[in-house]
Amino acid sequence: MTATVYVPRDSTALALGADAVARALAAEAERRGISLGIVRNGSRGLFWLEPLVEVATPSGRLAFGPVSVDDVPGLFEADFLRHGAHRLCLGPTEQIPYLQRQERLTFARVGRIDPLSLDDYLAHDGYRGLSQALDWSGARIVAEVTESGLRGRGGAAFPTGIKWQTVQNVRANRKYVVCNADEGDSGTFSDRMIMEGDPFMLIEGMTIAAIAVGATEGYVYVRSEYPHAYSTLQQAISLAEARGYLGDDILGSGRGFHLTARKAGGAYICGEETALLESLEGKRGIVRAKPPLPAVHGLFGQPTIVNNVVSLASVPLIVERGAAFYRDYGSGRSRGSLAFQLAGNVKYGGLVEKAFGLTLRELLYEYGGGTASGRPIRAVQVGGPLGAYLGEAQFDTPLDYEAFAAIGAMLGHGGIVVFDDSVDMARQARFAMEFCAIESCGKCTPCRIGSTRGVEVIDRIAEGTDRPAQTALLRDLCDVMLAGSLCAMGGMTPYPVLSALDRFPEDFGPRDPL
Amino acid sequence: MTTPRPSSADGIATAIAAHRQMPGALLPILHAIQDQLGHVPPEAVPLIATALNLSRAEVHGVIRFYHHFRQQPGGDHTVRICRAEACQARGADALIAHAKRALACDFHDTTADGTVTLEPVFCLGHCACGPALMVDEEPHVQVTPARFDALTQRLRSGK
Repeated sequence: MTATVYVPRDSTALALGADAVARALAAEAERRGISLGIVRNGSRGLFWLEPLVEVATPSGRLAFGPVSVDDVPGLFEADFLRHGAHRLCLGPTEQIPYLQRQERLTFARVGRIDPLSLDDYLAHDGYRGLSQALDWSGARIVAEVTESGLRGRGGAAFPTGIKWQTVQNVRANRKYVVCNADEGDSGTFSDRMIMEGDPFMLIEGMTIAAIAVGATEGYVYVRSEYPHAYSTLQQAISLAEARGYLGDDILGSGRGFHLTARKAGGAYICGEETALLESLEGKRGIVRAKPPLPAVHGLFGQPTIVNNVVSLASVPLIVERGAAFYRDYGSGRSRGSLAFQLAGNVKYGGLVEKAFGLTLRELLYEYGGGTASGRPIRAVQVGGPLGAYLGEAQFDTPLDYEAFAAIGAMLGHGGIVVFDDSVDMARQARFAMEFCAIESCGKCTPCRIGSTRGVEVIDRIAEGTDRPAQTALLRDLCDVMLAGSLCAMGGMTPYPVLSALDRFPEDFGPRDPL
Repeated sequence: MTTPRPSSADGIATAIAAHRQMPGALLPILHAIQDQLGHVPPEAVPLIATALNLSRAEVHGVIRFYHHFRQQPGGDHTVRICRAEACQARGADALIAHAKRALACDFHDTTADGTVTLEPVFCLGHCACGPALMVDEEPHVQVTPARFDALTQRLRSGK
């Protein structure tokens, strides 16, 4: 009898030694004459437990972690393949509280299946959304997505169905579906986990989008910082083509959709949809003025859906289970679930998919377990480098789009970066301006020049040079950037800067001499 | 102007021929050249410009716009250390200061022995396990100064 173990191929797991563990497991099994099948799955997203090794048992999968190469002989000694007791045993994977208390809708398969086995995908409800969509009219698909309440998971939270409707309404000889996989926000890795852990779900979502609006060509724009995600996705695309899930005639429906993965060039601004389109066209990633919207005049001038990875990956389930199923999760106008990503100085970092509406405090303490350093949490940045810094007083805010907008913050792509009490918030504010100066595309003046001036003004505040006047100048500058920038890069860099200044003014005041 | 080495000229020609028909071919061509040669040599610019019917200035502008592309040869390995917030929260600034001291080189610079080019990067997607870095395409997390030294020692001895 062959025993089956799962060892993730997710790149964070690889960074923690998963390849070496897989090799050690294979070698030790061979030495002991045990027939062992090793499946390289995606990650469950419990990163403090990676490499998380799972053993298939008749009653479900049993988890062991974090497993190092040195633990491998001991695991066999304890007969871990036949549920032997071992200090690394975490019990049944699905019953690990961190996982059990989640609402894994989009991430249901991630970590469970072999990401490059189309049969495994099909065996776990894969491509049911597409077969449903092929029976529906485009209008019906768009209506279902609209009614689900799905909003853009990349950060802007624009209703996905409305965007699709716009593209559907435009008459054109060629339309495109573009997936924004330029996941540049620090503290985020959910797009990466999908591409590395369940790429067919993204491909299926894009195919449904294409059928809905009559698009025939698609691109996934993947960051160059994600070589593993890019490679996994490329292989998945080839496998889907070989089995007729992509190409000229999808599953004999007579409808065609061609998908290509493209590698980005390490420019943060290309996560902005119009800069991304410029980059796909082979140009510098310079932001376009809107209107015209990409939905009308997008890639190569044609009507184009541009959606984030998680948005598109949410579509197959919505089509398969119906809009109401998805819409029933969530709170207020934030429907469905968001894949929160706990990052930075946090004890239990990882992916937490939950319906909107739990509080930031629940996420930080009940899931995150406080800081990794054991010191108090002082500040949290939600929504990437353009997101506001929050302090203790904001921790009871419910995690939904409107509640966050009401406190001058944003959920963005769901990344949550935790800092302990050693953080210097003036330094974080300076970094926000510096990052903007480095990554600005340079098209509009408030962003291009304002960010550099911002660094200088914060430096003068830190030096104590005419602090009240310089602080007034910083606020004035932020006002110009907020109101006068062409896109969110310059327009939202003031969020981290002003929130640091407003909520942590003591860090901008006089310092004790060293 | 330097005369391109035959291998470099072949690499450029192959990359252009393989990708020029693609829509928006410029980035795929630049990636193909850099993947083969380690950088995009200056002599590639007029060849790409001619093939894609662009001006040399346009091609040059694209190469300079994207942090990923470089026009000078780098070291044998590129070490990209994450500078972004999630890694900052776990000690990236101290790691970066250590790395620059230990390698005696700054960002965008190569060690004197030509082994390592040091680059900053904004996020590698390992944000729960920082500080993170990538050696060529190999990810590393929870990198302490001691682990950094062991890692670069390995790169240098493997030369």
